[in-house]
Amino acid sequence: MPDDIFDAVIVGAGPAGSACALTAAAGGANVALLERGEYPGAKNVQGAVLYAKHLDAVVPQFWKDPSFPGERNITEQRVVVTSGREDWINFSFRGGRYKTEPPNCFTIIRTKFDQWFAKKAEEKGAQLFTGVTVSEPIRTNGSVKGVKTSDAEELNAHCVVACDGVNSLIAQKLGVIDEWKMDEVAMGVKEVLAIPKEKIDDRFALEGNEGLTIEFFGSISQGMIGYAFLYTNKESLSLGVGAKLSDLRRKMIKPYDLLDFVKTHPLISRLIKDAKPLEYSAHLIPEGGLHSMPPLYGDGFLIAGDAAQMVNPTHREGSNLAMTAGHLAGQTIVEAKKNNDFSKSALAAYERKIKASYVWPDLWEHRNVEKNVEKDPSILEVYPRLLCEAMYHHFTADDRPKKEHKKETMKMFLKERGLFKMIQDAWRLRDAIG
Amino acid sequence: MSSSAVDARLGLLTYKNDHESHISIKNQDVCANQCKDKPCVALCPAAVYTWDDVKKNTKVQYENCIECGGCRMICPYLNIDCHWPRGGFGVAYKYG
Ligand SMILES: Cc1cc2nc3c(=O)[nH]c(=O)nc-3n(C[C@H](O)[C@H](O)[C@H](O)COP(=O)(O)OP(=O)(O)OC[C@H]3O[C@@H](n4cnc5c(N)ncnc54)[C@H](O)[C@@H]3O)c2cc1C
Repeated sequence: MPDDIFDAVIVGAGPAGSACALTAAAGGANVALLERGEYPGAKNVQGAVLYAKHLDAVVPQFWKDPSFPGERNITEQRVVVTSGREDWINFSFRGGRYKTEPPNCFTIIRTKFDQWFAKKAEEKGAQLFTGVTVSEPIRTNGSVKGVKTSDAEELNAHCVVACDGVNSLIAQKLGVIDEWKMDEVAMGVKEVLAIPKEKIDDRFALEGNEGLTIEFFGSISQGMIGYAFLYTNKESLSLGVGAKLSDLRRKMIKPYDLLDFVKTHPLISRLIKDAKPLEYSAHLIPEGGLHSMPPLYGDGFLIAGDAAQMVNPTHREGSNLAMTAGHLAGQTIVEAKKNNDFSKSALAAYERKIKASYVWPDLWEHRNVEKNVEKDPSILEVYPRLLCEAMYHHFTADDRPKKEHKKETMKMFLKERGLFKMIQDAWRLRDAIG
Repeated sequence: MSSSAVDARLGLLTYKNDHESHISIKNQDVCANQCKDKPCVALCPAAVYTWDDVKKNTKVQYENCIECGGCRMICPYLNIDCHWPRGGFGVAYKYG
């Protein structure tokens, strides 16, 4: 480990850490990026859909880089609502505008992406050290002045940025968070399944580099807050399911049994037919949102990404918030270096930047969504079932006039849920869709 | 079904195993005498924890760990000490 004093030591080479290191180094700061994996991405799991706009802000025109490891450009996004095992409804949006470069979003394989992204940071002058687990921050006179590693080495810096993900040891050791509670995180389990490109194109009606995402809600999550997902890569599918850890605990469902429940669903089993498992993985997802967010800065430290609970679960966005936060933290470091001031009041600029970006308003808007669902989790089961029933009446032709079918559908909604309750549900869920 | 459901899956993974465990049970008596339903056994996605009903203790197969960090929160008695493996050790995803 080098003896020099870095302007910043950044812990974790995920989307937040690499964005931070790249931006800070590009602005002239002397930064070290520390990663506990043997290579960036070795420990990381994502769906994985990545959003172009926020990466473009850090690596302008990244899509023109021939080494950029994008999988498919997402042109179609689908929601499937399941009731029981046999009924489901599809909503799909295919946007012609998503065919342009850069796409709105695209699929990635995290290990490839993380290595590419960290390399981009290195090209700007950041020093990457892999296979280094940080064990604690070093404090001098109350201010953070570096880190200690699990091999008892020390690295000195004017500030430390915790980009170490959902299980942020750094934030814990800084005393700004406790262990998360089970209802502040979800557990995601996932498989990558190999399947030839032509089969993917045929099965999902795609052409060339077009890609599709599907999220499954309803009976698929067995009454738990969560959903399953199926994303198309070039020559593989990513299939996974996530549920609140507190819900898994309540139901005592083994995560891999839940994954099998998903894989054997009649629709999903057809979509993944003959696909060969390449890898299984599990990871936590922060879901506490704004209510769980720690202070984002202090004397000599900043916190970004999953470590700061920056995830918008209703939109499956996390990596973009992490990249944006890392980028803004990087800018803050460049300014702090210019003014030679890494004090708490100087680093407060980071929080102002976060609040001025989309990160804060999005987290604010979604802050109560999960809490509202938890007040009455039957929402998760009742509506998918009622919607499927309504569809059944709509499409069924029998001896009864259509009017009677409509009446019966209305009666069913009123009986099962009631007008007042439906208005209450709509109110509770209003922010989930926005 | 469950054990084969997880064994085949873990078989797909690459690990660089450290000779020392990064996971320990703080007090086995708590598992034996206080913990009724053993949530760590049910919920660990890598089947690291098994309950030995003869020896009355929780067995830890740290080599299986895929480092999600959930066990620390799952244990109702905060009786699991799970920290990160030393740098470079543990699971190494190829896809993630
Ligand atoms: C199953 C699943 C599906 C998801 N799907 C999506 C999706 O489709 N789209 C989306 O935008 N988001 C998705 N997310 C969320 C997204 O993955 C995260 O929000 C994102 O990875 C956060 O980036 P980060 O840099 O903050 O943290 P991470 O990506 O977790 O990176 C943290 C890094 O720090 C390293 N580290 C940790 N501790 C230490 C230490 N002590 N010393 C050194 N290094 C350390 C880790 O090895 C890791 O490389 C998903 C998450 C999961 C689990």
